[in-house]
Amino acid sequence: MATRKPILVFGYGNPSRGDDALGPALIDLLTEQIQPGMPLEHHVELLTDFQLQIEHAMDLVDRKQVIFVDASVTSTEPFGYSAIKAGKDTSYTTHAMSPAAVLHVYEKLNGKPVPRCDLLSIRGRSFELGQPVSTAAQANLHAAYRFTLENLINDIS
Amino acid sequence: MTNKLETADSPDRLKRVVIEPLTRVEGHGKVTLLLDDDNHIEQARLHIVEFRGFEKFIQGRPYWELPVLVQRLCGICPVSHHLVAAKACDMLVGTQQLTPTAEKIRRLMHLGQTLQSHALHFFHLSSPDLLFGFDDEVRHRNIIGVIEDYPDIAMQGVLLRKFGQEVIRMTSGRRVHGTGAIPGGVNKSLSIEERDALLADVDQMIAWGQATVELIRRIYLEHRNYHNEFATIDTSMLSLAREDGALELYDGGLRAKDADGKLIFDQIDNCKYGDYLHEGIKSWSYMKFPFIVSRGMENGWYRVGPLARVNNCDYIDTPLAEAARKDFRELSNGPVQSTLGYHWARMIELLHCTEAIRDLLHDNDLLGNDLINKGDMQQTSIGIIEAPRGTLVHQYEIDDDGLVTKANLIVSTTNNNQAMNESIRQVASHYLDGKHLTEPLLNQIEVAVRAYDPCLSCATHALGKMPLVIELQNPDGTLAERLVKDSDSTFTSS
Repeated sequence: MATRKPILVFGYGNPSRGDDALGPALIDLLTEQIQPGMPLEHHVELLTDFQLQIEHAMDLVDRKQVIFVDASVTSTEPFGYSAIKAGKDTSYTTHAMSPAAVLHVYEKLNGKPVPRCDLLSIRGRSFELGQPVSTAAQANLHAAYRFTLENLINDIS
Repeated sequence: MTNKLETADSPDRLKRVVIEPLTRVEGHGKVTLLLDDDNHIEQARLHIVEFRGFEKFIQGRPYWELPVLVQRLCGICPVSHHLVAAKACDMLVGTQQLTPTAEKIRRLMHLGQTLQSHALHFFHLSSPDLLFGFDDEVRHRNIIGVIEDYPDIAMQGVLLRKFGQEVIRMTSGRRVHGTGAIPGGVNKSLSIEERDALLADVDQMIAWGQATVELIRRIYLEHRNYHNEFATIDTSMLSLAREDGALELYDGGLRAKDADGKLIFDQIDNCKYGDYLHEGIKSWSYMKFPFIVSRGMENGWYRVGPLARVNNCDYIDTPLAEAARKDFRELSNGPVQSTLGYHWARMIELLHCTEAIRDLLHDNDLLGNDLINKGDMQQTSIGIIEAPRGTLVHQYEIDDDGLVTKANLIVSTTNNNQAMNESIRQVASHYLDGKHLTEPLLNQIEVAVRAYDPCLSCATHALGKMPLVIELQNPDGTLAERLVKDSDSTFTSS
């Protein structure tokens, strides 16, 4: 396996389902920051997918930090940021595993604790099929982007 | 050849048991059983909701959208729909021969798809049944149980699937719903970096493929007689085969053999499939029942998928998989008819995929820039491919503006429709008849179906959102017994 960048930012959601695209949309915004010559180039890897699955546990291997990015239907703030711990739940039976369940799989497969993992939850409002990210959620997205970028630059400094 | 349990003589007088949804199988399936007062099975039917609406949905769309549109048919094998639609579109744009780069990129993509799908099936969906037993506690009989009890095996499964997904990502642009195949070719080739990244891991994948074949071989032979008998039916088999008789997943001609292994037809041009295969209709199912025309609907049904392909082919063109095929065929003098043999055959194909991927990665055509080849437009087309679960047919007609006017899709599940029904009837009559029905007993029905056509999509709804409910009704429709699997996998009976 090739040497991995120490920080993984993993935005997940369905790009065709309104504000469910907030995770991948944040990754799109960050993409420019990892281009050659940019400060995050050698430190941060970006990843997107529709939903979390068991295989994603292997994307955590050899990381110093992982940030999951997802849309939130319950958040009252524009975005939230919290640590995640491994936990066994029943979401492994579905296409939509929880981040905690992915971490649990990681620990079982690798026999060691997960790296530092956090969840960035961006508040969404509308999740209709075929719709773009809503105007209201766009503001939340950009606030979360600025927060993430600032944190990442601090982390590598 | 059709089993007598398809239709009971007096269904109104019988108790009805419904298993809904079937977990870990494609789409929203259910099984209905009709029992007499002594719990003797009088009727058993498998019902699967088909994607028939999709054929209507496609109408009016421009043909060049098809390879991307049809991927939404399935979350497990979207690449197969992507590629077969691209093959059909090749005909529409008059492509007589793909460029070497385009054909090899598509083949590589398809090998990656078959590899990841087979790994998903074996490790995630079926290995809990095979490693722990069909009657293991349901809380434990799942992929997390495998991870906890057999972490090395689970790790191999996860990484085999991940490797297949990487092949897909590099050839189609994305792990899910890529856009690599387009009418007349592909829109990207491999970079040297991508090729080398795959080459770095492929030998490990081959080694794990060998280990997996040995694992299923050991499991199977430990209870050989039971595995030979469980859900087993004698059937004809249909698949693509290469002109020289080799196993073929991407292209080739249609080949069918009867239950004794004698050729019914061979190397049938894809465009003439309609002369050899028809789709029958039964009043109790929305899904059609394909059959070989020369045998008629009653006797002409068949099986597709790994078991059919490994039985039908004369050889496999990669050495380790070929050795495994020969070993597998020792199970029987004729074709291996064991339904659980699907698992073994599937892992032989998985091993073949790893070997074939390695061989292709050493071909510099993958790095080429000549990606598209087109000719004169035409208005009808047919594409056939071997999807992981079996033969998949896409047929289209377009108008002068390039808009789709007609579409017909025969998916693997449809091809196996009658066979899956017959297998659950075999299980019902051999293992459930006359017994008090419990979850482990009913799981045997699901084990039979999973051998053909498992899919994670249904499990999406299995816990929390759609609990499993089994109801036993009296002849007058009142409830006799109710068994519920809750979101935390606990069972309650009332």
